[in-house]
Amino acid sequence: MGGCAAHTQDKKYYGGTLSEVIIQAVGLTRHFGGLRAVDGVDIAVAAGSFHAIIGPNGAGKTTLFNLLSGFMKPTSGQVLLRGRDITRLPLHRIAHLGVGRSFQITNVFPSLSVLENVRLAAQAQGRDSLKIWAHAAAFRRYEERARHALGLVGLAARAADVAATLPHGDKRRLELAILLAADSELLLLDEPTAGMATEQVPLLLEVLRGIRRDTGKTILLVEHNMGVVMSLSDMITVMHQGRVLAEGDPAAIAANPAVQSAYLGEAYRHAP
Amino acid sequence: MIRRIPPAGWAGAALVAALCLFPFAMAMITGQPVGEGAPKFWQGMLIQVFILAVYAMSYDLLMGYTGILSFGHALFFGTGSYVLGIMLKHAGWPLWQATLMIVVVAVAQSLIVGVLSLRVSGVYLTMVTLAFAQMFFILAEATDFREWTGAEDGLQGIPIPAWLSPTDQRLRFYFVALGFALIMYLLARRVVNSPTGAVMVAIRENEPRARMLGYNTFVYKLIAITISGVMAALAGGMNAIWNLNANTAMLGVGTTINALLMTIIGGAGSLVGPMLGAGVLQLLGYWLNAAFGPRWPLIFGVVYILIVLFFPYGLVGTWRLRGGSLLSLWRRRFGEARQAATDARR
Ligand SMILES: Nc1ncnc2c1ncn2[C@@H]1O[C@H](COP(=O)(O)OP(=O)(O)O)[C@@H](O)[C@H]1O
Ligand SMILES: [Mg+2]
Repeated sequence: MGGCAAHTQDKKYYGGTLSEVIIQAVGLTRHFGGLRAVDGVDIAVAAGSFHAIIGPNGAGKTTLFNLLSGFMKPTSGQVLLRGRDITRLPLHRIAHLGVGRSFQITNVFPSLSVLENVRLAAQAQGRDSLKIWAHAAAFRRYEERARHALGLVGLAARAADVAATLPHGDKRRLELAILLAADSELLLLDEPTAGMATEQVPLLLEVLRGIRRDTGKTILLVEHNMGVVMSLSDMITVMHQGRVLAEGDPAAIAANPAVQSAYLGEAYRHAP
Repeated sequence: MIRRIPPAGWAGAALVAALCLFPFAMAMITGQPVGEGAPKFWQGMLIQVFILAVYAMSYDLLMGYTGILSFGHALFFGTGSYVLGIMLKHAGWPLWQATLMIVVVAVAQSLIVGVLSLRVSGVYLTMVTLAFAQMFFILAEATDFREWTGAEDGLQGIPIPAWLSPTDQRLRFYFVALGFALIMYLLARRVVNSPTGAVMVAIRENEPRARMLGYNTFVYKLIAITISGVMAALAGGMNAIWNLNANTAMLGVGTTINALLMTIIGGAGSLVGPMLGAGVLQLLGYWLNAAFGPRWPLIFGVVYILIVLFFPYGLVGTWRLRGGSLLSLWRRRFGEARQAATDARR
């Protein structure tokens, strides 16, 4: 049955055009003891699309990201990247296939500089990491890419600071810069605005909008800010208690009565 | 383009120059010949510091840079000294071949220990490395191989070429040991400044994140343990030449603990810190022994606790914080402690 689903969903409609599926979950399930954090989720993300996942806390969104990015292995089910089964691949291989993610809880190299955090992401994409006889600083292109990414998120001035000393909002931006420098094709963003000061959110949105406009990257976003979700997304998947409750474009989701009663009503009414 | 040499580079060069002049300065001050008496004795003292410094630095590559806490580092040091002894005494090999053999054995050993222990993490890894070291300790003590290892008596009377005799050619040995430490330091620094070294540090900082960026961290940890193992084994070989013997204590837990002490005293993750730590351990050990006799480790324990309290990042690591922040660090630390004590009394 799982294999069948894989074939029928090779292509996917969004925004009126037929597009390749870049990443797909088939019957993806993860148990924690008796808890089914992710419970038989089928989801297909179109290449180049901006796809949001929403749902109340504890719905299983972060766990789904952990499974898609290889950070956790599923209890059952499959993850397909461009039709290729990556479920059992080690984490670093999945990263090299073009999957990058940011974390809901900031996950950086704490005692390294902001620049070095981002430079390491750039270096990971190249083929120079085993050149034990060379000087890391001699590979200017990684540093340039890192500085460029820091510029995009507005952190250039803090390049020399130690990551752990950044204020929370800057750490969120650092997460994003790391992801940008890694230059992955598929970006999994887990609540990038979580805990950010309100006045910093627009800059982050601008960065996301820029990625969407200027690159062919696919963005899969978990976000509670409904304004962000509704204005940027091509497709929205609503999760509830580990399952997919509904899926559709923003208008369809906003109009869906089941979604409104389960989650959206309150949040959307109060969104800017 | 002329490359500017940073102040630390000048300080390092000055230190090396001072160490080169040291034997002659000693001879001038004491009025004794450079190859006898006090000058000879102090050369010996520093030779041991140089050897220990390389050993401490090799441990720093693991613990300080890659974040791997091994309790079996003596394995490499001890095996290095036994390999040298066996090759010179029983196989009759020339010194350079024996040295090559140390490298070969250390690489094999590191890869085996690495493959078996690096898949587990944290405390398991620490235990696996300890188990390995103990295994070789027992092997070295085993009477079955007495013919080769000397069992519990150790491998005595290693034939060292006359030109490198630690007793008759003390001054020459001094410069060989100094050169050895200097070369090993430059090699280690090269490694930690390389792209590979950057990944090692990333692993120490946050291994899952490094993997998520696409680094196969297992490979980098294996590289770290191999370089560290070879360096420790070479230090062990040097130690065997210096002592003209290899003994089971070199494989024992105490030898591993010494690596840990020197690294923590000097400051993990700085290379020069653990080298300095080696000097502190050796010289302080000597003076405390002279002053307090066999009970000196007790006093050393107290000194160690004081160092850890006042220099939480080791001597070098804490010094790098610079004066102002060091004062505020102490204030915070002991202010908090006083606060906690007051709270507890309430
Ligand atoms: N590592 C874990 N161990 C045990 N339970 C977990 C773990 N991670 C998540 N959970 C549980 O799984 C459920 C889904 O969590 P999560 O995926 O973080 O939801 P969301 O991101 O949608 O808020 C929650 O009930 C959470 O407590
Ligand atoms: Mg979450």
